[in-house]
Amino acid sequence: MQPRYDSCVNWLQLADCRPILSFDFHSSITQTFTFLKRRDFVGLTGLATGAMFLPSVPGFGGELIDPARLLEQVDPAIKKRLADSALNAAKSAGATYADVRIGRYLNQSIFTREKQVQNIANGESYGAGIRVIANGTWGFAATNTVTEAGMAKAAQLAVQIAKANSKVQKEPVKLAPQKGYGEVTWKTPIQVNAFEVPIKDKVDLLLAANAKALDNGANFVNSALFQINEQKYFASTDGSYIDQDIHRIWPTLGVTAIDRASGKFRTREALSSPMGMGYEYMQPKAQDKIAGPAGTGLVGYKYSYDMLEDATLAAKQAKEKITAKSVTPGKYDLVLDPNHLGLTIHESIGHATELDRVLGYEANYAGTSFATQEWKAKNQPYGSKLVNIIADKTQPGSLGAVGYDDEGVKTKQWDIIKDGKLVDYQKIRDQAHIVGQNESDGCCYSQSWEDVQFQRMANISLKPGTEKMSVDQMISNVDKGIYIAGRGSFSIDQQRYNSQFGGTVFYAIEKGKIAGMLEDVAYQTNTVEFWNSCSAICDQSDYRLFGSFFDGKGQPPQVSAVSHGSSTTRFNAVNVINTARKIG
Amino acid sequence: MAILSQTEAQAILKKVLSFSKADECEATLNGQTGGNVRSARNAISTSGGIDNVALTVESRFGKRSGVATCNQFDDATLRNCVQRAEEIARLAPESPEYMPLLGPQKYLASPQSFAKATADITPDYRATQVGASMKLCDEKKLTSAAFLNDSAGFVAKRNSKGLEAYQQVSGLEFSITVRTPDGTGSGYATADYNDASKFDARRLTQIAADKAAGSRNAQALEPGKYTVILEPAALVANTDASLLAALMGALDARNADEGRSFLSKKGGGNRKGEKLFDERVTIYSDPTHPEIADLTFSGDGRPQQKMTWIEKGVVKNLYTSRYWAQKAGIPDIPRPGGWIMEGGTQSTADLIKGTQRGILVTRLWYIRPVDPQTLLYTGLTRDGTFYIENGKIKHPVKNFRFNESPIIMLNNLEAIGKPVRVGGNLVPPLKIRDFTFTSLSDAV
Repeated sequence: MQPRYDSCVNWLQLADCRPILSFDFHSSITQTFTFLKRRDFVGLTGLATGAMFLPSVPGFGGELIDPARLLEQVDPAIKKRLADSALNAAKSAGATYADVRIGRYLNQSIFTREKQVQNIANGESYGAGIRVIANGTWGFAATNTVTEAGMAKAAQLAVQIAKANSKVQKEPVKLAPQKGYGEVTWKTPIQVNAFEVPIKDKVDLLLAANAKALDNGANFVNSALFQINEQKYFASTDGSYIDQDIHRIWPTLGVTAIDRASGKFRTREALSSPMGMGYEYMQPKAQDKIAGPAGTGLVGYKYSYDMLEDATLAAKQAKEKITAKSVTPGKYDLVLDPNHLGLTIHESIGHATELDRVLGYEANYAGTSFATQEWKAKNQPYGSKLVNIIADKTQPGSLGAVGYDDEGVKTKQWDIIKDGKLVDYQKIRDQAHIVGQNESDGCCYSQSWEDVQFQRMANISLKPGTEKMSVDQMISNVDKGIYIAGRGSFSIDQQRYNSQFGGTVFYAIEKGKIAGMLEDVAYQTNTVEFWNSCSAICDQSDYRLFGSFFDGKGQPPQVSAVSHGSSTTRFNAVNVINTARKIG
Repeated sequence: MAILSQTEAQAILKKVLSFSKADECEATLNGQTGGNVRSARNAISTSGGIDNVALTVESRFGKRSGVATCNQFDDATLRNCVQRAEEIARLAPESPEYMPLLGPQKYLASPQSFAKATADITPDYRATQVGASMKLCDEKKLTSAAFLNDSAGFVAKRNSKGLEAYQQVSGLEFSITVRTPDGTGSGYATADYNDASKFDARRLTQIAADKAAGSRNAQALEPGKYTVILEPAALVANTDASLLAALMGALDARNADEGRSFLSKKGGGNRKGEKLFDERVTIYSDPTHPEIADLTFSGDGRPQQKMTWIEKGVVKNLYTSRYWAQKAGIPDIPRPGGWIMEGGTQSTADLIKGTQRGILVTRLWYIRPVDPQTLLYTGLTRDGTFYIENGKIKHPVKNFRFNESPIIMLNNLEAIGKPVRVGGNLVPPLKIRDFTFTSLSDAV
């Protein structure tokens, strides 16, 4: 059901606070955990005030299990036999195409606040989804009876549904050709499986980070660690049997400082990123740290995260935010940190270039796109000549990286914007023909075995600058500007023109130098104007991934994990507003 | 299978409790049957169904708690589920916020939370409703995208302290976006019900189609402060955050007491009892209200009663966890399900008639918190924004971005209309002065 929706501004504290899917993007936990759905009543008593249980987001849901079971695997030979029973049943029932996804979706989530553990949940969801084409029409059915008989029954049901839907179908499905790969495997290149690390070590790390925040003046701190493993087996009538083992991890925290006398409170969010990595992301390494602008104390993190260091700085910055100068609205040159810019890329380029949105399939939910095929044909600039955007499903460490997508297409990298011009969209097998392409881009995904796969955003990233430039060099050229790091408020219209973004920390830039912290900053911009105002991009050495576990799309909504890489980037003369208000 | 009777459900729960070796045990059964149909470009794009009963068992040893779930109910599976919950409980850390399970409770009856018509929905019914909607758009040469989702089910609880609860619930939601083929007009309509017999997709489609046709070739107005009429769907969204739901979501006592809420008081404490809104603002909840009948017990088993949250602009009550209620020594009130904002008798059309100059807003979109200190939110108008002059809709206007707080908004109240159901709440259209639009959007 559609949820009763609201955000828990202070996540994890509120009883009856549950994660649900929203229509679009969740940059942080703050926006992700929302209140109990009216019709999705789980009925847990919630032992602690904020005891969290995550029943409804696949990838975070499933049956709760003993953590030892997180290390188990299902034998691929068994999965092949099961898959064949479904494919054969589908063909016998009249399907001209069928694919099977047998999925074991595992997760572990740990939540803490201040000195206490709030909840630890281990989840498993196991089942199979079968998609068929019969009479030129898609049909889909799923089952958690993962036996040969159960699979065959679901396959027959999928064919029945396809035949029923074909009566109202106007045009038959046209699939881009896809060769079978035979029996192949792919695994996220992790060093340490997070599920092999004892829970106690993870809890100790989170509580140590909380202690750092409290020791440095925080009034409240929440921290969490999410770990995901998707064990996905894909088979199709094209002759592919693809076994994949995909890992993701996300540590995060929110540190709040309060000034009782003035009644002011401010929160500084983590500068970590969800990653397509193992527990090695939690083991800080010097080579992964990139110093932020001189005078800010900020540190950017590449392929490992120093949670204790970030918690310490977060507490100091949360306190400083309370007394920071409120911004004077006006035009400023913005210098945007990759952990901030990733979200702007996501909203203003990532979604705008999804072909199903362009065509109107998402019109009743997150909307359509200004970047239509007619708009593209005009060959007008999306951004300045510096702007090169690539879609990528292969980048190591990214959330979108897989060997093959959820319809058995080997993944790749391709250009979306080249020298400022829109050159391509993101599309899957049944969309390729619409733009005259004879292969899929390999960006099909489903959040679980029980949901049908559809086009989802690839990693969409801004290429670094080709000339050597550090963030300090970039700032030295700015006369009147603002440096923004991290995730804050974000909103964009249903065709991706007008957006407003905040951040988690802001610094004034005056005459080429950082000149103290600012507050109440948000910038409002038009996508094309914004990307055309891009005037400098730091080099490869500054490049980092931003990401989200919770990109929401579709009805009923599904989540997808996606990364956005960039180096620190400058945008000239952007409209900045002041968001402070007075209430009674 | 999905809708077990009270006797059937409690029989399973009794058996679950009989298998428990824990200090405390609580079992919850949650069953649901339903389906959905999605359309785009005047064709069905996807459809799905659900039919499932799930058992959740929470076992406790002292202050340690573990949870396990299953969806089969033979003795072996039930026993295994209880054992898993107990194993997980033994591994869990002690909760410093432990509260013993509740004993027997008295719950209100709310029979209208369930409607047989909703439980009886078939795939044919969904196809017929959505088919009628698509046909209307085909005839008018408009393009539509819609989503119909329904479910019917039950919740049953039982624990080792003697608490026992059972209730059936049902719901149907529909939303539709209609666009003109040239992409210059867009309209929206949405509705939700407990009882599907009230639903008519074609009637809602007509509203969206009229808005789409009427919103072609919108004119740009300068951003700034305007008198607005916010339709109920602009105040509460069932797919997004929203201004009024944000306010109702911020009435938590602990956040206020801890100093991180708009209800926190300078120097400590909270602002319960203070007048923070226009005196015409009264919001209450009532799980037995026939139009939005809801569960009469909360997730932790506390009874949901009729409760006044804001009365004549004064904050009357805050909700809280059981732990915080005990620690702070305050009334133990659960967060409500649906709520009701009191209004008058005027329809949105009546409000338009009484407006000299203003802007009619069909809905707001991509609504996100900007500053929790003031509950400032941002977002945009969407799918039908119109300029009103001398009591009449004059012409469509381009969409705006807003930056506004529900607290400020409810102090700038000009008029309140007649409440209608949105997202399980009763919400009146509101006429607000000085609503802050901060920029224009080209989006249609």
